Parts: sequence; structure tokens; C-alpha cells
Amino acid sequence: MINGRMLAILLGVTTLALILIGTVWPVPSAAAYAGGERLVRSSSTPESAVATLGDQLRAHAWNKAYNSFANKAQFTQQEFEHDVTGHSSSLRTYATLEQVDVTPLHESDHDAEIRVKMHWSNVVGSSESSRDLHVVKSGDHWEIEWPIVKEAIVPPQVIAVNYLRWDVIYRGAGDDWGAQDVEAPHVRIIDMHPVQRAEGLVILGELLNEDVIPAYVSVTATLLSKNQSPLAAEGSFDKISHLLLPKQVTPFLIAFPNTMLSDVGSIRMTPTSVLVAASADPVIEIANQQLNPTPGASLTGQLINQSGQIVNVAHVLGTFYDKTGQVVWVDDEYIDQPLLPQTPVAFEIHIPHDLASNVSTQRTVVATYSSEGAQ
Amino acid sequence: MKLRILHALCGLTATLLACSFANGATLILPDTIPAGSAFSIQTTGSGTGTLYIFSTGHVLKRDVQLGQTTYFAPGSLFISGHYLAVVTGHSFTETGSFDVLPETKPAQLSFIAKPSRLPVGLHNGITGAVYVFDTYYNLVLAPTLVSFELAGPSGTIQKRDEMAHFGAVWTEMDSTNEQGNAKFVARAGDISSSRVVGQVPGDPCGLRMSAQRSSQQVQLVTDPVRDCHGNAVPDGTIVTFTASYNGLQSTIDQPIKHGTAQITLSAPTGAMFSVASGVAMGNQIRWEK
Repeated sequence: MINGRMLAILLGVTTLALILIGTVWPVPSAAAYAGGERLVRSSSTPESAVATLGDQLRAHAWNKAYNSFANKAQFTQQEFEHDVTGHSSSLRTYATLEQVDVTPLHESDHDAEIRVKMHWSNVVGSSESSRDLHVVKSGDHWEIEWPIVKEAIVPPQVIAVNYLRWDVIYRGAGDDWGAQDVEAPHVRIIDMHPVQRAEGLVILGELLNEDVIPAYVSVTATLLSKNQSPLAAEGSFDKISHLLLPKQVTPFLIAFPNTMLSDVGSIRMTPTSVLVAASADPVIEIANQQLNPTPGASLTGQLINQSGQIVNVAHVLGTFYDKTGQVVWVDDEYIDQPLLPQTPVAFEIHIPHDLASNVSTQRTVVATYSSEGAQ
Repeated sequence: MKLRILHALCGLTATLLACSFANGATLILPDTIPAGSAFSIQTTGSGTGTLYIFSTGHVLKRDVQLGQTTYFAPGSLFISGHYLAVVTGHSFTETGSFDVLPETKPAQLSFIAKPSRLPVGLHNGITGAVYVFDTYYNLVLAPTLVSFELAGPSGTIQKRDEMAHFGAVWTEMDSTNEQGNAKFVARAGDISSSRVVGQVPGDPCGLRMSAQRSSQQVQLVTDPVRDCHGNAVPDGTIVTFTASYNGLQSTIDQPIKHGTAQITLSAPTGAMFSVASGVAMGNQIRWEK
């Protein structure tokens, strides 16, 4: 009994001691996250100055970061915050800065060029952004000149939008049993191609809305063994543009990790479509699309919102074809900044290096979401 | 002891007499009964009993006087099928069976037309299936002639006559070349049922665009977009414009508005424009101005 009391007292004292130590001498990163004043990283070198800025950005210590800039007279703190987190609501607005990589590019006694790569995590995955910072020496420490990118100003104008919109009246709960609903849109898989990758089996293809009404689509693939028993079933999830307007085509990719094509006898594809209300607006131009060769093969281009409303989230899907026109790869990228009217936003979709040499042509589609209206 | 043996013999004799009497009670049943019609069942014997008539989903119970005829009013049995009749008393059971047949004259048609919306000019694109029922929704098993008629928006008519066997028949029709609602009618005798099938334009056909300078840019405009039967492709259909120059490519998915699709974009001399919609390709233009 006495030993038990002693153990309880010992544990309690130890816990209190650890709390005291953590409070008095916190780990710097923990203090930074807690918004404490104990974030002490020396600005005695350009790298440490930029690393300190990274800690402040992660801790949302906007005031400290802003006050540390050498060129803060050129912009306001609010403009700086908007530059980092986005001017309008977008994926970046709700992203968390996970990690900051600092790479010196050039350094002298008086100034330095430092590349900072920021790794963000958001609801659809991760993204990266980088800035080249000019750092200048001021007395015994270094100060950063933040390369502010101010919010694009869309000139006052009227953009006439007589866009088309489909509304749907579904059968109601009070309708007679058996009353017919509007028939679902007719969609068709126009291409399907299994590919064996190191990480597993991937099914690539394209889906066409051949109807005259909009469709919310998805595709499910069921792998059947050689004796026709089901092996596994997977859906396209977000590797597809779910909203298809009439005669629109989307690529899709369905992944079966750790599955070998040689074990598969056949594949059963099940496209599904649901009639939904939709709008033909906004129209997005995908400009300057370019296939860039290896190393670092990629598809780059720009999205230009031709409509008047802000697009908060854009999802770019690239379909890559070989010389015979067969789909060899499908990949995507979420744009973590909003698409302002008439304002180009760059995108880059990476192509696996082992497939890059097979890619001859591509087709890009973009799916959008606007918080102001349906899409 | 002798008295006990005598009592036992008397009991046995009474039981045998009762059994022999019960075996004499029989059911006299019709072989078939038209659904919903009146009918009667004759029993033999004497005394009282209970008559049960049942099949899948239907049961009748009557207290009957054995040796008399039991009458059933019209509509007592209306579900077609095989019925079992059982008459029971204190110590006997007698069974028999008969069939209730559906009426031979159709009274209801259940007509299923699929799909409710399809492109024009599709061979055997419309399927119509009919189930023929009598007044009581029994499938009419006798061969029945069913006429199908599809009237297009402009009044063109397709007809098919098919014989329903065991209450079911189906046919296929071509969608007509004109967009609009087609009336699909199935008729058996003087009974008919109709459905509306929406016929929508098919894929764009002969898609063609033109290019002209618009200020410092190029305006691409399609001709009125029509399908291969001359129907206007509906507004909202996506037309994809592509501009290619020096390894760069720009695409715009533009919906048709007021019958045509148009875009304005920047393009240098030598740019190649192409247009497509769904799986239909259009013309190409090389910009030389």
C-alpha cells in the first residue's frame, strides 16, 4: 500500500517537474506554434533570417514577420498576409504551412539571394510554392526584402454573362409510387486502358457525356480473376472531372495498389451518371499549354477565367496520349489560388519520367468550384 | 371383464363406422373457373364441415352443410392460378383442386417504353414492352395481338404488330429524324396505353468555324451547329476550340449559345485553329492575316 502511494506521489512530482521545464524552457518550434515570445532564432546569417521568417509564417506571427522586413514601407501588413494566404478564398486560405526549405543562391558580405520553398498541406493533398528572397545586411543582423505580389486589380467593368443553366425538378415525396423521374444522363466510356506500374495496376480512360443535359459522373472498375470472381473494386475518386456538360469529355484514372495485371482475367467498368443542376459558366481558357521534355517532364500552361465571377478552386486534369492516340497517362493538379476574372494563373502537371518519352499529345480539362454560385 | 371387452368392441365399431361414413364425403369441383365469376362446389355426405379454398395470396373459408351445394358470389375468386379445396369435419378431410383462369379479353396494359430520351435517327433505339392484363390484373395467357405505333414530331408513323404470348410482348422502333417528342402507343383490342419519348439531336455533324480579326485578337465563330439530320444542337453543348502555335496550345470549352459557339483569343500569324465537340471533329484554319 505504502509503495503504491509512493509511486503515485513520484509520478505526480515528475509530471509537475516536466510541465515546469516545458513552460520555462520550451522547444523553440513549440513556442512558435503557441504564439509565445520565446521564438529565438538568430538573424546573424541570411539563412537563419529566412528560417526565422519560415517559423513566423508557420506560427501566423504576421506582425513579427512584417516588422522584420527591410522593405516593409512598400506594402502593408494586410497586403503581406494576403500575399501569403491568398487574396480571395481558395485552397491556400485553408492550407497549413508544414515545412520551409531554405536554399542559398548567392551570398556576399552585404546581401544574399535565398530561395525559400514552402510546403503546404490542404484538404486535397499537398502543394508547394517558392520565392526568391533578397536578404540585406543591416548592422549586425540580416533583414529580408519580401518580394510582394500585390493582388491583381481587375479594372472596373461590366462583363455580360448570359450563361446557360440547367435546373432540375425531381419527383417529389408526394408523387405516386412508380412515378417516373427524369432519366439519368447517357454517358459512355470512349477509351479504357490498363497500365501496370510499379505501385500497382492503373486503369486509364475517357468518359463522354453524350446527352443533352449535364451529368455528375463517376467510374468504378471491378477486377475479375481468370475464373471471373471479383478481385477488387475501386472508383475514380477525384481523378476525374465529375461535372460533365453535354458532349464534354473527362479523363479518369483508377488505381489498384499492389495489384498485378497478370492476375486479372477481365475488368468490368461501371460508369454512373446522375442528373444535376449545373451552369455553363464560368468558361476557363487553358492557354499556352506546353509539353516540356525530360528531365522534369511536365505539362505547363495558364488558366484564364473568362467570366466575371471568382473561381475559388480549380482542378486541372491532363490526359496524355502516345503517337497512336492511346491514353498513356492521366494526372491532375489542384490550383491553390483563386482564378480572378481575366487573370492568368499558371499550372504544372508532372509526367512520370518513364512515360514522358511516350507522350506525343495531350488534352487538358479544368473543373472549377465557385463559392458564389453552382458549378 | 366381459363388460369391459364389450365396451371396447362397441367403441371400435363406432370408430370404424364414422371413418367409413367420412370416406364417403367427397368434393365435386369444377376443373376451371373464369376469374371473378360465380361458381359452386358440391359436397356429399351429411352433417356439417368447413370448406377451405386457398392458393398463393388468397384464402376462402365457408361453413358448409355436407351433401348440399355451396355457392360463391361473382368476384369471390379473381386471382388466376391453381387452387386447393379442402373440406374438413370432426374426423375427416377431403381435398380437391381446380384452376382459376384469367379472362381472355385484355382490360389493362402495362406499357414500358425505354429510353425516355434518345438521339434522333437511332436504329432500334426505342424498346417497348407490354404486359397484358385482364380486369383483375391477371396476365392474359391467351395469344393477344398488340399493335405498337410510334408517331414522330412531324407525324411520321412506324407500326409493328406483335403477338403477346403468356401475357408479354415487346418490340423495337427507330427514333425518327426530327427532334421533339414522339408519341409511342401500344394497343390491344380497344385498350391502349401511350408514352412520350423525347428525341434529342445527335452528335454535331459537319462542324465548321470561321475566323476573323477582332481588334488585336482573333474571333472564331462556328456555323450554326447541327446534327447529321439537320436538327439544331441544343444550347449548352460544349464546343472545344484549340489554337496551336510553335509548340504551344490553348483550348477553350465553350458552350453553344443561340445555336453557335464563339470565342475571342490572341493568336499570332501561323497559328492553327481546330474545333471539336464530343467525338465529332470540325475543320481547321491556319491564321495567315
